[in-house]
Amino acid sequence: MRLLTPELGLIFWTALAFIIVFVVLRKFAWGPIMSSLEQREKNIAGSLETAERVKREMAQLKSENEELMAKAREERSAMLKEARDTKDRIVAEAKEQAKTEANKIIAEAQQQINAQKMAAITDVKNEVGKLVIEVTEKILRQQLASTDAQEAHIKGLINDIKLS
Amino acid sequence: MAFGRFKSLSVAVFGLLLMLFSTASFAQDNPDSASHLQREDKAAEKADEKGGAFNANEVIFGHVMDAHQFHFFSWKGSEGEQHHAIIPLPILLYEPGRGVSFFSSSKFHHGEEAYNGYRVVTESYRENLKEKGMEEDQIRLLQDEQIVAVDNNGTPISNIKVYDLSITRNVVQMFIALTILVLLMTSIAKRYRTGQGLTSAPKGWQNAVEPVIQFIRDEVAKPNIGHRYKRYMPLLLTIFFFILINNIFGLIPGSANVTGNIAFTATLGVISFLVITFSANKHYWGHIFNPPVPFGIKFIMVPVEILSIFTKPFALIIRLFANMLAGHIIIICLVSLIFIFGNLSTGVGIGFSPISIAFAVFIYVIEILVAFIQAFIFTNLTAVFIGQATEDHHQHEADAHHGNPPTEPVII
Repeated sequence: MRLLTPELGLIFWTALAFIIVFVVLRKFAWGPIMSSLEQREKNIAGSLETAERVKREMAQLKSENEELMAKAREERSAMLKEARDTKDRIVAEAKEQAKTEANKIIAEAQQQINAQKMAAITDVKNEVGKLVIEVTEKILRQQLASTDAQEAHIKGLINDIKLS
Repeated sequence: MAFGRFKSLSVAVFGLLLMLFSTASFAQDNPDSASHLQREDKAAEKADEKGGAFNANEVIFGHVMDAHQFHFFSWKGSEGEQHHAIIPLPILLYEPGRGVSFFSSSKFHHGEEAYNGYRVVTESYRENLKEKGMEEDQIRLLQDEQIVAVDNNGTPISNIKVYDLSITRNVVQMFIALTILVLLMTSIAKRYRTGQGLTSAPKGWQNAVEPVIQFIRDEVAKPNIGHRYKRYMPLLLTIFFFILINNIFGLIPGSANVTGNIAFTATLGVISFLVITFSANKHYWGHIFNPPVPFGIKFIMVPVEILSIFTKPFALIIRLFANMLAGHIIIICLVSLIFIFGNLSTGVGIGFSPISIAFAVFIYVIEILVAFIQAFIFTNLTAVFIGQATEDHHQHEADAHHGNPPTEPVII
């Protein structure tokens, strides 16, 4: 057997062995091993992706939460502000109303006072008129008690009329 | 790209020339080596006078070549007869007209006797024939461990062709190695089936084999073959582990040198050749029969391209064979040096042994590396060639445009 001349027997057995080993290993070893490795890699990749996604979701949730919180805070302050405004408005309105009411009352009161004053003045005037008439009557009665005085007076009056 | 192709071409041509010259020189060497043998025989005779013989040639080739038995050692009995510690192996012969013969190699009595009209060629048998007056040219055609049909006188019948399909020690060792490989891989696969390594951490051998499989997938198959890599994964994995386990088993002291045998590597080379050729697409054949070069150069390029179809697997065959054979020969040579010096004088032999062993250990460690590297290279280059045969035109162009270096195999 020379070094460089292949022997038929070994070629035959090697080929046979290779084919058998190839077929057996392909079916019973490489297939399951390769698919398992692939599946595992897929699993790992999937897990990593899931983790990443969850992380992203968490971050998103967190930011959403923060946003919500901010919003709530804003809303609260807005509500507070509104309440304060409302309060101020109500107070102002109440004040305004009270003021107008008061003014109205005062005006009415003044009107009434004026009216009563006028009435009183009228009464006083009437009384004074009456008194004047009474006093005048009394005076006249005293002055014109004599017939001479009456005639003098009538003469005077007649003089006045002639003049006009 | 053109340069790369030229490079691969020159490598192929150079390899072919080398091959032609090497066979030629081998042929020329034959008479020379015979004279070497004679000279060495004389030396052995001289040594015999001293009381011990050592034939390094015989030891080295006895180790690296195939044989019909596992031979461990021999010793001389008290009455000078030879004892051999061997495991005989079955012999399976087919002779046209006579049919199949199946018997144990022990029937040959270490090549001393014929059995059933067959005889195994040994050194002593050839000397025997020489004594009988057979022509030297004819004797030289008979190779060691070859089984020939003989007549009743024990001379070979030259016109009878015997097909030797024996379970030689290479075959036995290959079967043992492959049985272990299959058992190992199926047990690992079974673990994956039960969910070990899938839902829980892989254990034991899974950890050893898994990275290798992933390496072949991610570093060998994917970059070289591309998106079709899945189809070729079983083949690439089988080639890799087939070579690797036989390389490793070949490193066990006293074991056969399976991967350093050209028959073994040739079979693998032919398998990868068939796979490459049958998976080749239109673009690949177009490149071979109508290369993109000016018309005049086509006449040169087409034969070269056709040649390259065959040089690729041929390079695979020679590379693995030569690497593994060389490693084994170096180790045995280094160990043999002790005995060569020991033949000169026992003191020198003992004195030289530490140096020799140190070198042998060094080479041994390298050989372990080489066992893996050669399995990887064979697989990688097969993947590269498959990738070349299956790549699409546009993909190729895109690669070139992106400045990706062409994957040209110039690995020794």
